[in-house]
Amino acid sequence: MSEVDVTKDSAPGGDDLVVLENVNKHFGALHVLQDIDLTIARGEVVVVIGPSGSGKSTLCRTINRLETVDSGTIRIDGEPLPAEGRELARLRADVGMVFQSFNLFAHKTVLENVTLGQIKVRKAAKAKAEEKARQLLDRVGVGSQADKYPAQLSGGQQQRVAIARALAMDPKVMLFDEPTSALDPEMINEVLEVMQQLARDGMTMVVVTHEMGFARSAANRVLFMADGRIVEQARPDQFFTAPKSDRAKDFLSKILHH
Amino acid sequence: MNVLLDNFAAFREGFWGTVELTGLSTLLALVLGTLIAAFRVSPVPALRIFGATWVTLLRNTPLVLLFLVVTLGLPALGLKGWDSFWLAVMALGCYTSAFICEAVRSGINTVPVGQAEAARSVGMTFTQTLGNVVLPQAVRTAIPPIGSLIIALAKNSAIASGFNVVELGSVMKTLNSAAGYNIYVIFFWIALCYLIITFAVSGLFRLLEHKLAVPR
Repeated sequence: MSEVDVTKDSAPGGDDLVVLENVNKHFGALHVLQDIDLTIARGEVVVVIGPSGSGKSTLCRTINRLETVDSGTIRIDGEPLPAEGRELARLRADVGMVFQSFNLFAHKTVLENVTLGQIKVRKAAKAKAEEKARQLLDRVGVGSQADKYPAQLSGGQQQRVAIARALAMDPKVMLFDEPTSALDPEMINEVLEVMQQLARDGMTMVVVTHEMGFARSAANRVLFMADGRIVEQARPDQFFTAPKSDRAKDFLSKILHH
Repeated sequence: MNVLLDNFAAFREGFWGTVELTGLSTLLALVLGTLIAAFRVSPVPALRIFGATWVTLLRNTPLVLLFLVVTLGLPALGLKGWDSFWLAVMALGCYTSAFICEAVRSGINTVPVGQAEAARSVGMTFTQTLGNVVLPQAVRTAIPPIGSLIIALAKNSAIASGFNVVELGSVMKTLNSAAGYNIYVIFFWIALCYLIITFAVSGLFRLLEHKLAVPR
C-alpha cells in the first residue's frame, strides 16, 4: 500500500519542477508576498513582470531561499527547501541564479568564476572544470575573455559570464532577477540572445524582467504581479493583446505606448 | 663605554626575544581573530554571542591585567608547566585577536552582499563562501588596520618584561639598573631595535597590500 502513497505524492509533482504553495512574506509592515501559489513545469519559461515594488524580485529570490518566507512551502523537484545549512547548499547548486548586478567574484578571473562552483561544490577535477568552463564561455560568446578579471569586462560580457557560471552547475532551473536592468541599451540584446537560446534548449527558467519583447518571444507563460500578489497569468500573446485585469491593462498602457 | 657593544649578546637575545614573541603572538592573533570574525558573521546565534563576548572581554581588559590573569590564573586553574614565554604569547595573542577580529569584520562588511549571495547560489556552504569569496576580498581592506595592530602588538610585547620573559624591555631594565651607562643611550638603542621590527612589519604589510590589489 505504501506504493500507492508514493504515487499519490509524486503524481501531481510529476513534471512540476518548482512549486510554491501559499507563500507569504513580510518586510516589516510591508506584506511583500501574499498567498503566492505557483507551479512551474519542467522546461517551462515563466516571465514575471509588474511594477517595481510588486514583489517579483522577492518571489524570484525565495525560490533558492536567498529570501526566507514567513509561511507556506516551496518545493524544488519534489524536495521542500531545507533550512540554512549543508542540505540547502546542495539544493541551491541545482538552482542557477543570475543577478541584476552580475555579482561575479571580483577577485577571481572569468575562468575561475566559472570553475569555482564546479570544484568546490561538485568536486570536479580542475582540468575537467576548466574544460567545461571554456565550453560554456564560448557558448555565451566570451571565450576570449577567460583570463581577465570581471572589472575589465563590459556589463553585457559580465552578465554572460554570470550565466555561464550558473550553467556550470548543470542546474535544473535558472532564476533571472532583472538580468538586463543594469545594462547599457546596446548590451541588452547580447544577454537576451543567450537567454533565448537557453529557453530554446529547454531550460526551465524564471525570468523577472522589464523586457516585454523577451516575454513575448521566449515565455511560455507571463506572470503579472502587483502589490505582492500574482494578479494575472496567461500565455504571452493573450496577456499582451488582451489583459484581463485592470491593473495589468494600466501597467501595459504605461510601458507599451510611447 | 658603548652600551651596545659591551652588551651585544644581551641586546641580541632581547631583540630575538621580542621578534619571537611578536611573531608567534601575531600568528595566534591572526588565526584566532579571523576565526572569531567568522563566528561574528555566522548564521549560528550561539557562535555570534561567543564572538561578541570574546571581543568585548578582551578588548576592554587592560593588557597588564590580562597578563596577570594568564600568568597567575591559568596555572591556578591547573594549566601547569607552561613557561612564561608561552603564557605571554597567549596573553598577547588573545588580546590582539579581539582587535584583529574587528578589523577583519570591517573588511567583511566592505564586501558587497551580492558576492556572498552569488557564492551561496552556486551551492557553497557558509564556510566555503567565507573562505573562497568573502575573506579573500575582505583581507584587502583589512590589511592596513591589521598592519597597525601588529605594530601595536610588537610594542605591547614590552609588558612581558614584567613577567619573566627575556625581550627588549627586560634588557633595558637590566641595563638601566647596571651602573655606568647613560640611560638615554640605552633608550636610543632599544628604540632603534623596536624601530627595526616595526619598520619590517610595515614593509611586509605594504608588500601584501600591493600583492592583493586587484582591479575592481
